Amino acid sequence: MAGDSLANGANGHVDQAKDAKAPTKNSYAVKVGLAQMLKGGVIMDVVDVEQARIAEEAGAVAVMALERVPADIRREGGVARMSDPTMIKEIKQAVTIPVMAKARIGHFVEAQILEAIGIDYIDESEVLTPADDTHHINKHNFKLPFVCGCRDLGEALRRIAEGAAMIRTKGEAGTGNVVEAVRHVRSTLGEIRKLQTMDDDELYVYAKEIRAPIDLVRQCKELGRLPVVNFAAGGVATPADAALMMQMGCDGVFVGSGIFKSGDPAKRARAIVEAVAHYNDPKVLMEVSCDLGEAMVGINLEDKRVTRMAARSE
Amino acid sequence: MAGEAAPVDVPAPRIGVLAIQGSFREHCGSLRKCGLPAEHAVEVRTPDQLQGLHGLIIPGGESTTMANVATRNGLLPALKDFSASGKPVWGTCAGLIFLADRALGQKKGGQALLGGLNVTVHRNFFGSQVNSFETELPTPKELQKLGGEDDPTFRAIFIRAPAIVEKGPSVDVLAQIDLPEGTTTSTADENGQEINKVIIAVRQDQLLATAFHPELTADTRWHSLFLRMVTENRDKADAAAAEGSSMSSRAREAPASSIRPADLPIFKEAEKLDYLK
Repeated sequence: MAGDSLANGANGHVDQAKDAKAPTKNSYAVKVGLAQMLKGGVIMDVVDVEQARIAEEAGAVAVMALERVPADIRREGGVARMSDPTMIKEIKQAVTIPVMAKARIGHFVEAQILEAIGIDYIDESEVLTPADDTHHINKHNFKLPFVCGCRDLGEALRRIAEGAAMIRTKGEAGTGNVVEAVRHVRSTLGEIRKLQTMDDDELYVYAKEIRAPIDLVRQCKELGRLPVVNFAAGGVATPADAALMMQMGCDGVFVGSGIFKSGDPAKRARAIVEAVAHYNDPKVLMEVSCDLGEAMVGINLEDKRVTRMAARSE
Repeated sequence: MAGEAAPVDVPAPRIGVLAIQGSFREHCGSLRKCGLPAEHAVEVRTPDQLQGLHGLIIPGGESTTMANVATRNGLLPALKDFSASGKPVWGTCAGLIFLADRALGQKKGGQALLGGLNVTVHRNFFGSQVNSFETELPTPKELQKLGGEDDPTFRAIFIRAPAIVEKGPSVDVLAQIDLPEGTTTSTADENGQEINKVIIAVRQDQLLATAFHPELTADTRWHSLFLRMVTENRDKADAAAAEGSSMSSRAREAPASSIRPADLPIFKEAEKLDYLK
């Protein structure tokens, strides 16, 4: 497993335990497998035990423990870092669902600390201030699985090549504005649809153009999808936003500031969980959208002064 | 009856997969691989979608999420009725927790369980994701003669998996596993006997439960076993009623979006995609 090569890691489903009778821990299948169990669910940003409990009661499939939700990071500015391990541990003890936490892009020591806490998933996130503006973490070096953000297919495949076992669109976190998430889902999934119509001879140049490994490009063409679970994130604020992401072809939804920056977090959290479970049922979507109280304040992204977190890495 | 292929003119059974959250599409894929027509693997989200089904699979995922959503839209009592009616139900991982009469390590305030399976499960028995693993285990006799090349082992993937720490007398053990190093054994010790194995697959009459995820592997033997349970049970029940129900309960959902991509491949199948070999 230490030699989890690009080919193995990328294709993921190479059977590493074929001959061994001893249990294989942390194989790529096991890493992707947890993401598969989260499919069709909502992962919620929480900053303390109380919020984590509200999320669990609402039916979240996992919680993302962080110090400040993206909306506050935007407002307060400064450098956003990994959360205090004490807080993450408290949240881990308070809930039975999986706990995720964010590390700064390229900050592999923060990732080592998160692994030592024994959480379930690491988000190498552009919402925190990047620690390395060129390199991402080599995620093959870790036992824990990673989720990473993307804006298009090339970015998604570069992260998978580095060992990410789950992909989310970046969107624009903390804005309550779903437009960027829609753009990134359209872009990523649209490129896969285009890829499927290409001749195999054309893939070499295409891989070069999108700056992605050729084997992963081939695999995407063959599968007609990313080889890992693909969630939506960044700007989802209402049940309708969440169902939109699902109908567009995402496997699940991250909701950051949208829940705990709204008027009635518990009710909105439940509504978004219902909306993702019944994303194809307009009647249920109508019912759960009623009387949710105030949504989080949105930020108009036509304003050029707004910080683009999504552009912090590629 | 047992071990014999069903005659061609008998319609295939209809099997529901609880589709609130989790690995339900993987289960549907495995059922199709066993030869079940695609329209006979039914995604179940609402009580009326349970009508006309001959069996039900509760997939892996988060059992608290499933319980929450099922409680809110009235699906939980319908699921209980379905299970109580004696039709086969199979739970994998979270589904095992859902079927159990008793669960340890639940969230504060507990969680709604379907119950019916006379066992005590320990939620997250094997620990958090760092302790998730895959392994090969000896094939139980119930799985033999169910296709494949009679592989002496089967591949089992455990993801934040539960385990059965106590079982009633009517529960048959299908598979056990050696306790991995570093596993919390405190609950296993409560039985007062020396235990270095823990139960991970059981059958109690029409209830099947596994702590691991056959739907994440290319091995279809567990799904074949369940299909056989369903077929045998339906044959015992009123076959005429089964035929008449084939057109009932269509999903009331809007047509699935055409841009939704395919689901993730089943492990091992993807090996043929490894171009670098």
